[in-house]
Amino acid sequence: MMTITPDQIVYCTRGALKLNATIVFAWAVMAALTLVAHLSTRRLSEEISISRWQNMMEVIVGGIRSQIRDISGNSSGRYVPFVGTLFLFIFASNILAVVPGFHPPTSSLSTTAALAVCVFFAVPIFGVAAEGLFGYLRHYVQPTPLLLPFHIVGELSRTLALAVRLFGNIMSGTLVSAIMLSVVPLLFPVFTDALGLLTGAIQAYIFAVLSMVYIASAARAHKANRR
Amino acid sequence: MDTTTIIGMVSIIVAGFTITIGSIAPALSEGRAVVQALTAMAQQPDEANTLSRTLFVGLAMIESLAIYCFVISMILIFANPFWRQAAAKAGGGG
Repeated sequence: MMTITPDQIVYCTRGALKLNATIVFAWAVMAALTLVAHLSTRRLSEEISISRWQNMMEVIVGGIRSQIRDISGNSSGRYVPFVGTLFLFIFASNILAVVPGFHPPTSSLSTTAALAVCVFFAVPIFGVAAEGLFGYLRHYVQPTPLLLPFHIVGELSRTLALAVRLFGNIMSGTLVSAIMLSVVPLLFPVFTDALGLLTGAIQAYIFAVLSMVYIASAARAHKANRR
Repeated sequence: MDTTTIIGMVSIIVAGFTITIGSIAPALSEGRAVVQALTAMAQQPDEANTLSRTLFVGLAMIESLAIYCFVISMILIFANPFWRQAAAKAGGGG
C-alpha cells in the first residue's frame, strides 16, 4: 500500500496525539539547520581571512539579501529573517529527500499548508508595520471598492496555491521515485532523484520569491500601480 | 456490475484523463513563455538575471495548474476515499 504523504506513517500514539513521520522529519530538519547555523557562527571574525563556514554563511545570507532587495527595493533588512528561513527550511527538506529513509516534511500537505498560513499572516503584519493599519486597509479598496471581493478571494486563493504547489511538486517527486524503483530499478531512479533535487530547489526559491512579492506588494508606499 | 466495480473503473479512467488533458495547456503556455523570455534576453543581455528570475516565477505559476491535475489523479489512484469506503463495505459485508 503506497502512502502518498508521510502523515500516514505513525511511529507512536498517545491518546489523541499521533507522532507521525511529518513531525519527526520536520523537527529533524529544524535541528540540522540550527546545528549548522550555531556551529558555523561561533567565532565570527571581521578580518580578511575568515573560516570556511563563515564564508558559506555570508554567501548564503548575502545572496538571500540581494534577491530580496531586487524584489522589495531598499528596505530588505526586516524581511530577510522570515523569507530567508522559509527558503532555507524548504530547501533543506527538499534536498535531503535523496537521503535514504528520509521522508521530506514538505511532501505532506500539513507542512506546506502551515507554511502558507504563515505567509498569509505575515503579509498583513508586514503591511501594517510598513504603512499603518488604514494605509494597509486602503490597499483593498484600490483602485475601486468594487474590487474588494476579488482582493479577498485572491488572497485566500494565492495562499492555497502556495500550499498545493509545493505539496504537489515534492509529493510527486517522491512518488515518481518510488514508482521508478518498482519498475526499472537499475539506473533510472537516479535520474528521477536528480530531477527531484532540481524541482525541490526551484520550488523552494519560488515559494520564497512569491512570499516576498506578496509582502512587498502589501508593504509598498502609496504608489499608483500595484502588482 | 456492482458499485465497487463502477467506482474503481471510473476512478482509473478519470485519473488518466485528468493528467492527460490537464497538462496540455500548461505545456503550451510554458513554451510560449520561454520563447518570449529568450527573445527578451537576446534583445537585452544585461537584464538576463531579472528576466530569468521572472521567467522561473512565471513558469512555476503556470506549472502549478498541471500540478493540481497531477495531485487529483494521484489522489484518485492512491488515496481514493470512495474506493476505501466501498472496499471496506464489500470486505465487511461479503
